[in-house]
Amino acid sequence: MKARAFSYFRAATIDQALDAHARAGDDARFIAGGQSLVPALSLRLQAPRLLIDITHIEELRGVRREGGYLRIGALTRHCEMLSEPLIAEFAPLLHAAAPFVAHPAIRNRGTFGGSVALADPASEFPAMTLALDAEIEIAGPSGSRRVKADDFFVELFETALQPGELITAIYVPLFKADQRFAFDELARRRGDYALVGCGMLATCTGERIDDIRISFFSVGNTPTRVKGAEATLIGSRLDAERIAAAQAALEGDLAPPDSDDVPPAMRLHLARVLLGRLLGRLGEGA
Amino acid sequence: MSGFDETLLDDADETVRVRFVVNGRKVACEVAPRETLVDCLRNALELTGTHAGCEMGACGACLVQLDGRAVHSCLMFAVQADGAKINTIEGLTESGVIADLQAEFHHRNALQCGFCTPGMLVNAHELLSQIARPSRDEIRDALSGNYCRCTGYEAIVDAIDAVAKARKESGGGT
Ligand SMILES: Cc1cc2nc3c(=O)[nH]c(=O)nc-3n(C[C@H](O)[C@H](O)[C@H](O)COP(=O)(O)OP(=O)(O)OC[C@H]3O[C@@H](n4cnc5c(N)ncnc54)[C@H](O)[C@@H]3O)c2cc1C
Ligand code: FES
Ligand code: FES
Repeated sequence: MKARAFSYFRAATIDQALDAHARAGDDARFIAGGQSLVPALSLRLQAPRLLIDITHIEELRGVRREGGYLRIGALTRHCEMLSEPLIAEFAPLLHAAAPFVAHPAIRNRGTFGGSVALADPASEFPAMTLALDAEIEIAGPSGSRRVKADDFFVELFETALQPGELITAIYVPLFKADQRFAFDELARRRGDYALVGCGMLATCTGERIDDIRISFFSVGNTPTRVKGAEATLIGSRLDAERIAAAQAALEGDLAPPDSDDVPPAMRLHLARVLLGRLLGRLGEGA
Repeated sequence: MSGFDETLLDDADETVRVRFVVNGRKVACEVAPRETLVDCLRNALELTGTHAGCEMGACGACLVQLDGRAVHSCLMFAVQADGAKINTIEGLTESGVIADLQAEFHHRNALQCGFCTPGMLVNAHELLSQIARPSRDEIRDALSGNYCRCTGYEAIVDAIDAVAKARKESGGGT
């Protein structure tokens, strides 16, 4: 199928992109990597009058340290999550998640900002912004603001982004020496969206967990932090008993929707299995 | 401040001029904004080696090299590629950089109908330029977005594995 006709505008600056969106009466879409938007246009799930290409906006590029954060430009491609040394060092959870995102050629074009903006509940990166306590920088007609990942994902494919607003960068707190992370997902085939996936970041004193953030994807309408499971672990050592308690807590944290191929009970079971494995690995990382 | 001209909104059906370097040659085409790169390559430029299968990023038959990286030409509009350097399977063939891969695919029956082959080759070429000696698992992983309905993949993995080994032994990279 072919997309419905649209006009195309290549923006050179953030202001140009925002202005074009407003002047098209918000009947417009920003296009970054296009790896989700182009199929949606081809299937005519979306049919905007105007496509605004943001990939030539220099301000949206680049990865750099800024205070206690790593500032990752919205246009950072999935493949750069694998190749960029600053990400491997200061945001290793994103580096670990990247090979699970789609296939190599899609990673060559898909962008971090596009993935977070789309907020697909089955996607790796949006969920990892939650585990990382990241902040999303947003530019809009009324200026720029930063929203915590905890407040960004609202409902299915719905975020704190208002129509015509642009994600400019994502700020990730720098990974520290007393932190540990783990990531994995269960999928039918490599490159497929996960049946269940999970990533976590813990701050430890010796064997004791001082703080932990655990985020699941493919378990509901949004990426989901499991606060009940987190609470069972904070202040404790990671032993078999604690891991079992965290696994049991998932029942209260997750309410997987009914779907044709994976019944809720199976998804919850897989989530428990995955959580157990990842906490085990976190413990070995001592 | 703005480079945006509102009259553009009424021009959705009008073609725009795009220029790219395709297989080392400068070309210009008139395209409608909604025309995908794969359609432009196949129809306007008559480079039919790039195949259009699913047209939604799932099968990998449409892979080309854009500014040195493998990308799906069905997941891009031609206007987005304005100013880019593109190599299609025709260009890669002409330059000889994948001659050994092609010979090995032929030798090992790594193609039957051949529909998937251009995409497989573009993908394999990129893989071997990044990892000189990938494991079989790494090869399969890299091919996870390329469908082949004929061969069962084993011969394709064999061919790529054999070329990686041969290149390593002859001391060359790509
Ligand atoms: C076959 C296939 C398999 C895939 N598998 C996976 C997978 O396993 N895991 C996964 O996570 N993803 C997967 N993807 C999706 C891929 O990762 C996309 O690249 C990503 O979801 C969107 O990024 P993009 O830059 O391509 O965004 P686009 O497609 O350009 O845009 C997506 C949406 O976000 C908006 N947008 C883009 N950038 C911005 C911005 N800076 N500010 C505001 N809005 C913006 C667009 O307007 C659009 O609505 C897959 C895609 C395909 C085709
Ligand atoms: S035609 Fe592009 S992936 Fe199938
Ligand atoms: S050879 Fe026919 S699809 Fe691969």
